[in-house]
Amino acid sequence: MAEKEVRPRRLKTASDIAKFMADYYYELDEASKSGSRKIAWCTSVGPAEILRSMGFLTYFPETHSALIGTRKMAEDFIPSANAIGYSPDICSYLTSDIGAYLQGTTPLAKAFPGIERIPGADVLVYNTNQCRDVQDWFSWYSKRFGAPLLGVETHRNIEKVTPAHTSSIAAQLENMIEPLEKIAGRRFDIDELKNAVALSRQCSVLWEKCLATASAVPSPLTFFDATTLMGPAVVGRGLQPVLDLYGLLLEELNERIERGEGVTEGPERHRIYWEGMPVWGRLSMHSKLFGGLGAAVIASTYCSSWIFNALDPAAPFESMAKAYSELFIVRSEDYKEKYIREKLEFFKCDGIVYHDAKTCPNNSNCRYGMPQRLQSKTGIPALIINGDLNDMRLISDEQTKTNVEAFIEQLEEA
Amino acid sequence: MNRTFVGVDVGSSRTKVALLDEGKNLLGYAVRKSGVDFSATALEGLRDSLDMAGRADTDIAYTVSTGYGRANVAYADETKTEIGCHARGCYHYFPLAITIIDIGGQDNKIISLDGEGRRTGFKMNRKCAAGTGAFLEEMALRLDIPIENMDALARQSTDMVRLGSFCTVFSATEVLENIRNGKKVTDIVKGVFFSVIQRIIEMDLLSENVVMTGGVVANNPYIVTMTEEQIGRKILVSQHPQLTGAIGAALYAIEGSRSGKGVRRG
Repeated sequence: MAEKEVRPRRLKTASDIAKFMADYYYELDEASKSGSRKIAWCTSVGPAEILRSMGFLTYFPETHSALIGTRKMAEDFIPSANAIGYSPDICSYLTSDIGAYLQGTTPLAKAFPGIERIPGADVLVYNTNQCRDVQDWFSWYSKRFGAPLLGVETHRNIEKVTPAHTSSIAAQLENMIEPLEKIAGRRFDIDELKNAVALSRQCSVLWEKCLATASAVPSPLTFFDATTLMGPAVVGRGLQPVLDLYGLLLEELNERIERGEGVTEGPERHRIYWEGMPVWGRLSMHSKLFGGLGAAVIASTYCSSWIFNALDPAAPFESMAKAYSELFIVRSEDYKEKYIREKLEFFKCDGIVYHDAKTCPNNSNCRYGMPQRLQSKTGIPALIINGDLNDMRLISDEQTKTNVEAFIEQLEEA
Repeated sequence: MNRTFVGVDVGSSRTKVALLDEGKNLLGYAVRKSGVDFSATALEGLRDSLDMAGRADTDIAYTVSTGYGRANVAYADETKTEIGCHARGCYHYFPLAITIIDIGGQDNKIISLDGEGRRTGFKMNRKCAAGTGAFLEEMALRLDIPIENMDALARQSTDMVRLGSFCTVFSATEVLENIRNGKKVTDIVKGVFFSVIQRIIEMDLLSENVVMTGGVVANNPYIVTMTEEQIGRKILVSQHPQLTGAIGAALYAIEGSRSGKGVRRG
């Protein structure tokens, strides 16, 4: 079988979200150039709420790396990082980002005229819940900028989140306050933190509702759309404008459901769950590939990684610690299996695709028998595609195409 | 009119064409080097197989193409993946719950079918040539022997050399090291075959009934014997293992013709 050209339906709110992202980068750029605001670098699920409450503008290098990926620039940058000792086998977010810096360039310059470089850092704050690579990544920039490095060391392989887990993380978060006060030049205010946590929580609720609309048949949303729509949830959680945006998005998605409109003009014959990182340099290609075969990739673990149900303004440190420890990525294999199984059921999926990202073992959940175990328990067929988040040299498009076509053939003939 | 159904499998190394009649009997076939002009090769293969079958262009009822170059076959009515076609081709000859091992020029496939011929899963090799026909070609080059002599040489081995590497380039270095150390070519060739088998059987679990297909098996039947020794049971091989994908495509062509999808002829 071969894919047919199908026209995707574009969401109107996507333009508002793109504008939000542009404003976000321009604000950072202005602050970096003028020194008008202190800038904190933060990992994607780092303690952004604390940083916001202390007046920092917050920059997320992982989002910058994803932009490098979508712009297909990573292969140009990675060799420069390799040359200074960062292996091609480690995180290609790290290697492409550091490589871009070494070459004095950034995709922001192409995306947003007037921006010439990434913003500098007054402080860098990581959380190892994503991986150990973020620590190395931030450490390199910390030395480069001569800016302090702060971090949270997260527990891993957590089956059930207990007070023992959260108390140690909460203590690490509280210990950041004193050094951050010195860098920010202002006193920490618990009420401001409570406000940021409350806004973050509301963002999480709205984003979760947006993603949940994909349980409708046909789905109004694809995983590929969600990877870009989630930008504000990553960089702007804890900010009021993000709530307005996701309110609009939710409204638009619900309108689609009412009209019975799917993501393309073609039929939705199969509903696929995506497990693992996106292949940033192939988002459009993969979207067309699946869509053309009548398969909608409607949900993912990845886009759900910015849902923090535990956040509670009444207990900001403890609830942040809990929210960060409840993340899928730091959980046990049994928990992950149960989680994916519930998602497959909730989203009424008849197939699951695992992306085995060569340089991202933490986000590749197909290396310890998960596909085989889940398929035998649910009967839902699984496909593993080999690739990477940013390094497109690790991808064979022809193999991916054949694998996906054969997988959809298998679902059709089942 | 003699309704004829065409399957074309444009692989990275060879293009295979198979013609079936409505009773699913093999009428004619051709195997040609794919070269760089897939479209022309597919057409030449069609001519050869029509000549062999004693059929004419006008007899063609439906054509399905498969393989890496499936989109380059201008005269095809439909395309299917090589995974689907190998499954269909194997089940035609062995209607059982089977695991198919296909060793192609550029990729390997393991395909599992249930007793009804439905696919229950498949795996392809990663972006790596280890364990494929391309690996054998590289090793033959290093050993300075014609690739068609490998099978006979491997059979003469008395003390197989084991190659430890996963990688084609590193394996080639290992081969050179063994040559330097005075190992016999026959023992190295058998080690090369063993390496191919190892790369494949680690890809997935094998069911009771195993079928092997592909050009590597067609040209090197000793690989089947060695695999049988490895897995401890007999392996099923059809009369034309290299044509399996093309035959599967022709079987799809019979179905496509019945469903009336995109029929241009007949």
